[in-house]
Amino acid sequence: MSLDSAVLAHVPASAKVVPFREPAAHAPRPAMPRSLRALEAEAMHVFREVAAEFERPVLLYSIGKDSSVLLHLARKAFAPAPLPFPLLHIESGWDFREMIEFRDRTAREHGLDLRVHHNAEARAAGVAPFTHGSAYADLMLTAALKQGLDRWGFDAAFGGGRRDEEKSRAKERILSFRDAQHRWDPRNQRPELWRHYNGRISRGQKVRAFPLSNWTEADIWTYIHLEGIPLVPLYFANPRPVVERDGALIVVDDERMPLREGERPRLERVRFRTLGCYPLTAATPSEATTVPEVIAELLASRESERSGRLVDSDQVASMERKKAEGYF
Amino acid sequence: MAGDAAFRRYAEDQQSKDLLRLITCGSVDDGKSTLIGRLLLDTGSVPEDVVRAAQRDSERWGTNGDQLDVALLVDGLQSEREQGITIDVAHRYFDTARRKFILADTPGHEQYTRNMATAASTATAAVLLLDASRGLQPQTLRHACIARLMGVRQFVVAVNKMDLVGHDPAVFERIVAATRAALARLPAHQAHFVPMAARSGENVVRRSAAMPWYAGPALLELLESLDASEPEAPELRLPVQYVARPDEHFRGYAGTITGGRLQVGDNVVALPSGVRSRVVSIGTAQGEREQAAAGEAVMVTLADQVDIGRGQVLAHLAAPPSVGTRFEAEVVWMAPQPLVAGGSLEFKFAHRYVAGSAARVVHRVDVTDLGNRPAATLGLNDVGRCEFVLAEAVAFDSYDEHRATGSFVIIDRVTRQTLGAGMVRSASQGRLVAAPEQVTRTQRAAQKHQRPAVVWLEGLSGSGKSTIAAALDRALFERGHHAYLLDGDGLRQGLNRDLGFAPAERRENLRRAAEVARLMADAGLLVIAAFISPLRADREMVRAIVGPELVEVHVDAPLAECERRDPKGHYRRARAGALRDFTGVDAPYEPPDSPDLRLDTLQLDVTGAVERLLRHLESTGRLAAAR
Repeated sequence: MSLDSAVLAHVPASAKVVPFREPAAHAPRPAMPRSLRALEAEAMHVFREVAAEFERPVLLYSIGKDSSVLLHLARKAFAPAPLPFPLLHIESGWDFREMIEFRDRTAREHGLDLRVHHNAEARAAGVAPFTHGSAYADLMLTAALKQGLDRWGFDAAFGGGRRDEEKSRAKERILSFRDAQHRWDPRNQRPELWRHYNGRISRGQKVRAFPLSNWTEADIWTYIHLEGIPLVPLYFANPRPVVERDGALIVVDDERMPLREGERPRLERVRFRTLGCYPLTAATPSEATTVPEVIAELLASRESERSGRLVDSDQVASMERKKAEGYF
Repeated sequence: MAGDAAFRRYAEDQQSKDLLRLITCGSVDDGKSTLIGRLLLDTGSVPEDVVRAAQRDSERWGTNGDQLDVALLVDGLQSEREQGITIDVAHRYFDTARRKFILADTPGHEQYTRNMATAASTATAAVLLLDASRGLQPQTLRHACIARLMGVRQFVVAVNKMDLVGHDPAVFERIVAATRAALARLPAHQAHFVPMAARSGENVVRRSAAMPWYAGPALLELLESLDASEPEAPELRLPVQYVARPDEHFRGYAGTITGGRLQVGDNVVALPSGVRSRVVSIGTAQGEREQAAAGEAVMVTLADQVDIGRGQVLAHLAAPPSVGTRFEAEVVWMAPQPLVAGGSLEFKFAHRYVAGSAARVVHRVDVTDLGNRPAATLGLNDVGRCEFVLAEAVAFDSYDEHRATGSFVIIDRVTRQTLGAGMVRSASQGRLVAAPEQVTRTQRAAQKHQRPAVVWLEGLSGSGKSTIAAALDRALFERGHHAYLLDGDGLRQGLNRDLGFAPAERRENLRRAAEVARLMADAGLLVIAAFISPLRADREMVRAIVGPELVEVHVDAPLAECERRDPKGHYRRARAGALRDFTGVDAPYEPPDSPDLRLDTLQLDVTGAVERLLRHLESTGRLAAAR
């Protein structure tokens, strides 16, 4: 089944994508809360420590809001010098098109060294979210990430993970050690005392570093607003073609999405609280078109951020399992 | 817009809140995870889908029948839920109307003490949880002790499971009295007590009607009233973390200010190198600024083209940190293999890795009563005080004054694992700042046209140590060197006359001898020392204290031969039972495995032995060849 051309016309096209701008530029922004300044300094500290200690660090750039904050902080940590490491994006092949455009524009504007990797083998074999279930995430996200890190020999990878996202993340260290197969052993993490990160690794071992460990979702949004950090427009409400599936609103981003019997995309004002592959990420109905409106909705919400990530809840303790296998 | 107004209220609200970093600790099964789950649930900090997931988990793993087991809101690892225990620290973030909390839930099992210490290192207050039906456990005291060592001064003792003891005030009072008495050994702390039942939420967020005899605040009210301010050091410390050199025009020193303030125009010194310069610019997260303060991540440029590397500490000239290679520190040991004197270790101070070793263990803390006990080693999860010696000088402070530059981690040189955490208590060498005026040991020795060395003669009584030592002393004197013979009997009559011959006292005797030898080597002398040094651990201690100047010489003769010579009649008396603990007779002797030189006194006479010693010192460059 293919998409109705009338609906397709409403799919946001590349020409419509504009960098996010704060609407009320004249209104003075509130001062940065002290706790947020402290989190900012902590993140810069982690960037510098890892850059100083590891031979080939890389920033895992997933284009979402956390990645945008991560990149902003990394640039601050080394300014006026350029970033001393490249960015790596793992392309699943089912990324929102607006995200890919935003990624390329961001890299171009800041002169960043962007590396892109996808699991070509799995893609050639036709692995897709609709047909392969959780194997899709394992192959296109976890396996592809490991391939990408090995491809360029990266020994340290910065990720935007936060401890408040999910229960197993709450257990993770800021500097998280992985064996040669990128596996996490949650039962045997290194002690992490003060800020004396022990960056000594043996040959083949690697680390993931999480500068945003202590940030909450509200902190991220507040910081985005106060620092004027550009975001993918998908985070803001706009009429988008959606289908309702198992209680979740899925945006039909391109014609590859097979529609079920009786499903017909309809236009709804929605936005995303978190961004992943489009078929696996649920949108929420929303009227929020600015960051303060998003924060206001967030403060009123009673659901967790990752409740919109279908890939996280497909099995008990599935995040922990994925992390143990090498997901970041 | 409505969103704007709501956001503005939120941002102003955030601005007015302070942040308390809190840990919860206590023994296993006292209910920590339940308490935190309850705290989060009752402050409305848990999203509804997470509560639904925990409800599903409760039916499978819960310990509360069909009721929601609130511990499952926080125990995040599969194996934790299966075993119903907490393995690693979980960090939780929640707000009340008055303050923000970062709460680290730490494991109670002794096996996971390292994870508890991880959380304690950044905390300002601790909730110590007790089970009212079991009272104070040793593990709870261990946690209190580690938390206090790491700088936590405020304790809230939560006496949990009051429902299991019928909400009896007498039980609570007994536990309060016993805990107060046990904590009395911890210096400068405050303890508050609250009776509660976490499972049902009594006195957690809301006061309980079941305990009308308790008039104090509920746990959350107490936590809101604690002092959240972090200790702030007035003296500037900026450990250099990263040197940015994008091109030949810019050289920036990046790091986080850990104490005091830094201003453009300040004169600063980098330690331990001693390089001085002036601050030209300060880049901060908010762009270029005239000044910056503790907590800020900065990028500084200096007036001079100087070379300051990662791990140097920038300070003001008037208030520098200590610089040295020796210091005493409190240690939390986290490895299964014990901490022993002399073992080769790596240390990480603020951004600087240095090789070194423990010179000695000063004492171990007994966690059953928090008293200090003499000890030769520290085992897994032990807390104690040690003296350390490093291969290179570092800049450091006392932990009480500067947390960041007064703390370090100890790393295994082979496995790279973190073995322990240390907090500097005092510099063994006082406040030494590398200044041009300082006369170095090299300069002192150069003045005497010699290189300092400590020739340590070891071996059984009667093997010939003292005779060879005296002859070597004479030979060096005749060659125009300034040498000194450090004799065991002589020391025992003076410096060490308070010591007997029990194993610990013999070890202390050796330690003092090694310290004196090191001082003399510092003064530029050639030191000759003759001590039996019977145990491998003793010799490792000597090596750690003396350092690279040590020349270890085994004066070797079979026990039967020594006993035949018996110059002082000791063997005869020991065999007769008149002398106890005599090495080779009724005290152990472990011959050295790899001395720098072995002198076989069955084959060599005194002249031959001295000849061999001199040739060894010449061939290793410690002594100029005879003219």
